[in-house]
Amino acid sequence: MPAIHELEKIAAQVRRDVLRMVHAVQSGHPGGALGATEFMVALYFEIMNHRPDNFTMEGSDEDLFFLSNGHLSAAWYSVLARSGYFNIQELSTFRKLNSRLQGHPATAEGIPGVRIASGSLGQGLSVSIGAAVSKKLNGDKGLVFTLMGDGEMDEGQIWEASMYAAGKKVDNLIATIDNNGQQIDGPTDKVMPLGSLKNKWEAFGWDVIEMPGNDMTIVVEGLNNARQRCGKGKPVAIIMHSEMGHGVDFMAGTHHWHGVPPDNDQLARALAQLEESLGDY
Amino acid sequence: MTEYTFTEQKDTRSGFGQGLLELGRANPKVVALCADLTGSLKMEAFEKEFPERFFQTGIAEANMIGIAAGLATGGHIPFTGTFANFSTGRVYDQIRQSVAYSEKNVKICASHAGLTLGEDGATHQILEDIGMMKMLPHMVVINPCDYNQTRAATMAVADYDGPVYLRFGRPKVPVFTPASQEFIIGQALLLNEGSDVSIFATGHLVWEAIQAGILLEKKGISAEIINIHTIKPLDAAAVLKSVAKTGCVVTAEEHMMNGGLGDSIAQLLALSLPAPVEMVAVNDKFGESGTPAQLMEKYGLNAASIVEKAISVIQRKK
Repeated sequence: MPAIHELEKIAAQVRRDVLRMVHAVQSGHPGGALGATEFMVALYFEIMNHRPDNFTMEGSDEDLFFLSNGHLSAAWYSVLARSGYFNIQELSTFRKLNSRLQGHPATAEGIPGVRIASGSLGQGLSVSIGAAVSKKLNGDKGLVFTLMGDGEMDEGQIWEASMYAAGKKVDNLIATIDNNGQQIDGPTDKVMPLGSLKNKWEAFGWDVIEMPGNDMTIVVEGLNNARQRCGKGKPVAIIMHSEMGHGVDFMAGTHHWHGVPPDNDQLARALAQLEESLGDY
Repeated sequence: MTEYTFTEQKDTRSGFGQGLLELGRANPKVVALCADLTGSLKMEAFEKEFPERFFQTGIAEANMIGIAAGLATGGHIPFTGTFANFSTGRVYDQIRQSVAYSEKNVKICASHAGLTLGEDGATHQILEDIGMMKMLPHMVVINPCDYNQTRAATMAVADYDGPVYLRFGRPKVPVFTPASQEFIIGQALLLNEGSDVSIFATGHLVWEAIQAGILLEKKGISAEIINIHTIKPLDAAAVLKSVAKTGCVVTAEEHMMNGGLGDSIAQLLALSLPAPVEMVAVNDKFGESGTPAQLMEKYGLNAASIVEKAISVIQRKK
């Protein structure tokens, strides 16, 4: 079990990867990826039982993760590579022609660690429910994790899935909502007010936890807490209050960096704030 | 003209229900999902016998398709059931991303396709579903013609690893294919050898094509009749072999002309063996309320239309 400061070092390297990946192709979505970095690092390096060196689609007896807000692909690819699913040098192919690292995650090119395509929003929770139910049928004790954006809550399918998971007691499922308060056109409060996500998810019948999303100690504790709450008849939701663009001072807390890559100068300024702890790809 | 007879009329959806039940008994990996239309889809027997493998999603088709994709990821073989309209147009993006692009082993089973849904009207009578589904890479599209063939197709698709769209209907139609006939995905079935015109029919129009063959024979016209139960992948070899002999084509389907079987065959012939084609299909119109028989008559989806088009297309041969 890595110490918290080890996880924080990995997170700094993942952020460097994200920035260098989107800079290299001058396209991609750095803001959300930077905001969810602690979550993904905690999940892959601490929380999940998984086999990076022996990837199978079914993932029998493993914990599974489905990324519903697929535009966070840069952070996910970095975490997958850094945890051993594929060589970190492959990160340099992100969004380029003939790459396994498509702009949004896809299975068609056979990249280890990815079990479903995502990008068109609102679908990942339903897929996660199916995978969780499949595990129950198989007598498999693994858990299913998923991450959704808060802007993604605008999609109607999320609420179909929310109703199903609670109503049918899919209690081997932990769904995290990345509540950074920002979406493409601006703050979520302005684009489509979400009201109280906690009240909404509780009203739908979920066991709801709220936690800050950019403090590694708290994220690890929160995910462990969520794991303990599984198997008790309710699916578990984590409302994770994160900051879009976290870790780079001029990118933090604004929707501006949702889908905009840094230029050369901005990249240099950003990398200066992040330790190259594991070595760049 | 080869003789085809029947002793009973049954709905193709009941063939699906029976096939699904038998699959449930044969393969523990088979699971079924339904969006509040269990009775209409004839899935009650499966639900009763295998309650732990049956998932009622309520009126939430998008969620149903996503759950099916997740079940397939875990190694199960999910069969989703709802009306054809709600199986395709309503959930196109979910099928596109979570099933077809992700190459999930999901069987999308769609009843009440086409005009023969009847009195409920155009909101429910989808005539574009074959087109939408065949445009998706990785998707197999199957439209069987009677109870026995639908039962056999249901069982056959479980053995195929990949996404399938299986389309069937509501009305009772003659059961004329042998119960023992093997269903081979992508293999056209020659129903009658002929030399003057090739009639390629799918679904409910196959029986009408046989009736048209009898009428044409009385007029001295020899029609080759082929049942295309699999629209994608199309049995190109069978189509080309027949057209090389007859030199002209009539296609027949309970679907829009745009995107249907006729469109697939016309594309194949334009690229490989240009020949005159006439299509029995709905031409850029929505349906309406009426009895199935009234609608098929009004929209020209019957044996009389096939005969008329056959006579017309033969005259276009050089």
